[in-house]
Amino acid sequence: MYDIENYYNAETIKEAVTLLKEHPEARIISGGSDVLIKIREGKLAGTSLVCIRDIKELKGIIKMDSGDIYIGAGTTFSHITSDPVIQENIPVLGEAVDQVGGPQIRNIGTIGGNICNGAVSADSAPALFSLNAMIRTADGSGGRTVPIHDFYLGPGKVDVKPGELVTHILIPEKEYTGYHGHYIKYSMRRAMDIATLGCCVVSRINPSANILEDIRITFGVAAPVPLRCVKTEEALKGSPVNEKLYQAIEDKVREEIHPRDSWRASREFRLQIGGEIARRALERTVELAAGGERK
Amino acid sequence: MIGKSVPRVDAYEKVTGRAKFTDDMVPPGCLVAKVYHAAIGNGIVKSIDTSEAEALEGVVKVVTFKDVPDHCYPTPGHPWSVEPAHQDVADRNILTGRIRYYGDDIAAVVAEDERTAVRALKLIKVEYEEYPVEIHPRKSMYGSHPPIHFDKKDNVLNRTNFFIGNVDEGLEQSDTVVKRSYKTSMVQHCHLENPVSFAYMEKDRIVVVTSTQIPHIVRRVIGQALGIPWGRVRVIKPYIGGGFGNKQDVLYEPLNAFLTMQVGGRPVKLELTREETFCNTRTRHAIEYDLTAGVDKEGRLLAKDMEAYSNQGAYASHGHAIAANGLTAWRLQYACPNIRGEAYTIYTNTPVGGAMRAYGIPEAAFAIECFMDDIAAEIHMDPLEFRRKNLIRGYYEDAYLKPIAANSNGIFQCLEKGAEYIRWEEKRKEYAAQTGNIRRGVGVALFCYKTGVWPISLEIAGARMSLNQDGSVQLQLGATEIGQGADTVFTQMAAETLHLEMKDIHIVTVQDTDVTPFDTGAYASRQSFITGTAVKQCAEQLRDKILAYAKTLLPKEETRELSLDHGWILAGDEEAISLGALAQECYYSLTNSSVITAEVSTQVKKNTIATGCCFAEVEVDLKLGQIKILHIINVHDSGRLLNPQLAEMQVHGGMSMGMGYGLSEQLILDEKTGRPLNGNLLDYKLMTALDTPDMEAEFVELNDPVGPYGNKALGEPPAIPGAPAIRNAVLHATGVAFNEIPLTPQRLIKAFTEAGLIGKEGEQHV
Repeated sequence: MYDIENYYNAETIKEAVTLLKEHPEARIISGGSDVLIKIREGKLAGTSLVCIRDIKELKGIIKMDSGDIYIGAGTTFSHITSDPVIQENIPVLGEAVDQVGGPQIRNIGTIGGNICNGAVSADSAPALFSLNAMIRTADGSGGRTVPIHDFYLGPGKVDVKPGELVTHILIPEKEYTGYHGHYIKYSMRRAMDIATLGCCVVSRINPSANILEDIRITFGVAAPVPLRCVKTEEALKGSPVNEKLYQAIEDKVREEIHPRDSWRASREFRLQIGGEIARRALERTVELAAGGERK
Repeated sequence: MIGKSVPRVDAYEKVTGRAKFTDDMVPPGCLVAKVYHAAIGNGIVKSIDTSEAEALEGVVKVVTFKDVPDHCYPTPGHPWSVEPAHQDVADRNILTGRIRYYGDDIAAVVAEDERTAVRALKLIKVEYEEYPVEIHPRKSMYGSHPPIHFDKKDNVLNRTNFFIGNVDEGLEQSDTVVKRSYKTSMVQHCHLENPVSFAYMEKDRIVVVTSTQIPHIVRRVIGQALGIPWGRVRVIKPYIGGGFGNKQDVLYEPLNAFLTMQVGGRPVKLELTREETFCNTRTRHAIEYDLTAGVDKEGRLLAKDMEAYSNQGAYASHGHAIAANGLTAWRLQYACPNIRGEAYTIYTNTPVGGAMRAYGIPEAAFAIECFMDDIAAEIHMDPLEFRRKNLIRGYYEDAYLKPIAANSNGIFQCLEKGAEYIRWEEKRKEYAAQTGNIRRGVGVALFCYKTGVWPISLEIAGARMSLNQDGSVQLQLGATEIGQGADTVFTQMAAETLHLEMKDIHIVTVQDTDVTPFDTGAYASRQSFITGTAVKQCAEQLRDKILAYAKTLLPKEETRELSLDHGWILAGDEEAISLGALAQECYYSLTNSSVITAEVSTQVKKNTIATGCCFAEVEVDLKLGQIKILHIINVHDSGRLLNPQLAEMQVHGGMSMGMGYGLSEQLILDEKTGRPLNGNLLDYKLMTALDTPDMEAEFVELNDPVGPYGNKALGEPPAIPGAPAIRNAVLHATGVAFNEIPLTPQRLIKAFTEAGLIGKEGEQHV
C-alpha cells in the first residue's frame, strides 16, 4: 500500500502545468518506476502526485525536417529501443535504454523520468550526454531549452523549476551524423540492476586516414553527475586509430574520472573498470565505423 | 508409480493462481500490524513514548516490550526435547528493550490499515543508551561489557570438539603439511513470499494462519512464548511461497498471536517487507575456518584438523547445530586416520543465523573442498585424482553418531559421470598454460549429506488414510509441501503401495494442527525418508484392513490369497470385487458397516548418507573481474528417484543457490552499527535468469537399503557443491586461490592486480 496523499491526472501539457502551479507540493509521476520506490521507502511517503502518463503529446519519436531527432519525454524505454528512427540514426540510445532493469520496467519507465530523477546511474544519461542532447521544458509561458550538460545540477537534482515540465529531448542532426556510439553498462548482474559504472563513447572516424576526428566520452556513476571526459577527448582527437590510442583512453580516463569509494564498489575497482570499459567502448565504435554489425 | 515423472499434484492450482496462500485467506476487516525496529546495534531503550502513535486515527493498539511476557522462549524448528539439557536455547522475548542487533523488535502497532500503521511507527519516540557494536565473532568471543546475553559472559553460545586418533602425530609423520583459512559470507534465503501470518481468536483459543515449514513446532513455540497451554493454539499452514529453512524457524507468529489477544481476538495480519526479511528473520551463518592437513608422499591424508568460528548474530535460533553439522561432515567421506575438529558459535550484534538449505554444510563444504584443491596443488597432483585417492569407497559410518552411515555410496560413479560431461582430463591439460585476458578453467567439488536428524534429534512422522465411498483414498500428513513437491511424491508413495492411480489418492495439502497428524515438518531433507516411511506403513495398514474386510465379503475365497491391484481385490489372479464396491459396503452395509481408516505415528531411528558432486567450467575476464560459467553439472546419488522430473527441478534450484553463494550473494553489514547495507533485492545480488547458465542435472540411482522406497536425501544437497566447484575452476583458470566467497568482481580485480595478472606490470603477461 503506497502512502499517497492526493492524486491529480493530467491529459494535456497545459493541464499538467496548471496542476503543478495549483499544487506546488505535488511531484510529477509518469511510469512511476522511481517515484513509487521512493514513496515505498518512505522518502516521499505522503506526497501528492500529478500524473502525466496519459498525456499523448509527450510520447513518440520523430525525425524532423531539420534532421534533428525529437523524443517525447513520456516515451518508454521499450518504445525507444524498437523505434526505427532511433535504430537508424542513434542506435546507441536504444541499446543503452534496453539495459534498464527488466522488461516490465522498460515497458513503463520513460526517458523523461529517467533524466528528471537525476540519478547518476541512469542508463540513458551517458548516451544523451555523448550525443549533446537538448532538454526542452514547458511552463505555460514558452518554456526553456537546456543542454543536457547543464541540466544535471547534483545528485538527484536537475534543472526543472517549480511548475515546469520536461516535454521532449532533441538530438541535433550535426551531433549524430557520421558518428558511431557504444554504451557499456558495468553492473553486478545482467538484468535487474543499476550500473556500477557506465560508459558511452560516441566517435567519428576518418576511415581513409584512420584518424579519430572526434570523440565524446561520458561516464555514469563516476562523479556526482554524469561526467564528460573533456580532457581525455581533447587529448585523443586527431590521433591515429591504433593500440596506442586505446591505451591512451584507458590511462587518461582513469586520471579524469573520480568515482566514489563506497560499500557498493571501491574507488580502485571503479578506476580499473572505468579505463577498461572506455577502451572497449571506443574499440567497438571503431568496429562499427568500419562497417561492423550491430549486435 | 515410484520412479515416474508424474505431474505435480498442485501444478494446476499454482499455475492458474487458484492455490491459496496465506495472504489470499486474510479475512475482511483484518487489522494490520507493523513492528517498530531499533535504530541502534547494541544497547537498551531508556525511554519510549507511544502517545502520539496511539492518538493517530485508525490506530487500534500500540504495544511495547514492557507489555509482553518477561520469560524467554526458543525459536528454532527442532523437535522439542523432554531432556532439559538438550532443549533449545531460550533467549528471546516477543519484544525487547535490550537491543542486541540493529533492527531488534521494540514495539508493535496494530491499525485499521497498513498506511496508518506505518505512519504510526514514525510517531513512536525512543531514547537509547548505546553500547559498542561488535559484528566479528573472533573479536566478540573475547567478551563484551555487558555481554550480549547475560548468561554467556564470553558471548560464546557453545563450543564442541571431537578427536579421532592423534592429529599431532599424524602431522609429524606427514610429508607435506598444508594450512589454510576460509571464510563464508552471510546470505539470505530470498524465498519469493515474505513471512506473513494472520492471527485471530476462537473461543479462548488462538488461531494463527502462517507461511511456515513447521506448523506443529510453531504451535508449541507460540504456547511457550505466551506461557499458555499448547492446546490453546491452533496453527494452519496453507501453500507457501518457499522457505529454504528461514521458515524452519518461528519468526513473528508469537508476536502476532500476542497482538490478537491485545485487540480482543480481532484478526491481525503481520506481513514483513523484503527489507525486514533480510534484517529481521534469519540468515545463513558466516563461518571462518582454519584447516590443517598432512599427506604422505602418495597424497594420502594422514591427519586433518578443523577449527570453525560461526557468527550466530544476536539470538541463538538454530545456534551451534549449524557449525556442529560442519564438524560431522569433516569426519565423513574422506578416509583419514587422525581427525580433530572444534567449533565455536559466537553471539555478535548482527542479524541472526538460522537454518538455510543444507544446514551448515554449504559453509563447511566450501572450506573442505577448496582445501582439497589447495592440498592437491601443493603436492602437484590433479585435484580429482587426489580426491579419488582419499575418498572412501562403499559403506562407511560416522565414528560418533550411530547409525549415520553411507548405506549406499555412489560417489565414484558420480565423479565419473561429472568428469565425462565436463571433459576433465582434456580440459585440465588444455587450460594448463594460458595467456591473455580471457582464461578458462574446470573445477570440482563434492559433498555428503545426512538424511534427517536422527540420532541428534527426534525423527517422528504421522500419516492418516481413509477409504472414500468410491474406493479412492484420502491422505493426510503433518509433513509440509513448501514448493519442493512433497505432496506429489507422497501421493506417488501411497499410490505405489496401494496399487492405485495418482487420481485415486487425494492428499490434503493444508496442515491444521487441530486435525493434522503430528510431524515436525519440512527440513533436513527428511520428509521423503521419514514421512515416506510413515506413508508406507500407513498404506500397508490400510491395505491389510481392506483385505481383511474383503474376506468378510468373499467367504467362498477361503482357499485363495487376496490382494489389491489397480482398484480391484484379486482372489488369486482373478478380479473378485472392485475396491469401489467394497468401499460402498464398508460405509453402508446394514449388517457390517465400518469405515476403513488407518493412522500411524512412526519414529524412525535410521539415517543414511546421500552424496554427489559438481563440475564447473568457467571463463574469467581478468580486466573486468568477471566470471562466466560455461558449463556446470551436479551429479547426485540420492538413492532411487521418486520422481525424476521433480528431482531435476530440485537440483536446478539448488545449483542456482550454489552459484549465487559462490559468485554474488552476501549480506553486507555496516561495521559501526551492524545494519545491513544491502538488505533489498536490488543491492543483494541474487542471480537473475540472464545470469544463470544452462544447468545440467544427473543422477546415480543406487537403491538405498534403508530408505522406504530406496530413496535418500535430495532436497538440500544440490545447493552445496556449486560454490567450491566454481572457486576451484577459477583457481585452475587463473592460478589465484580465493579463500572467501562470494567471488565478486571487486575481489577478483584486487587479487588479479596483486598477482600481477592485470595492471601495468601485468601487461607483459598478456
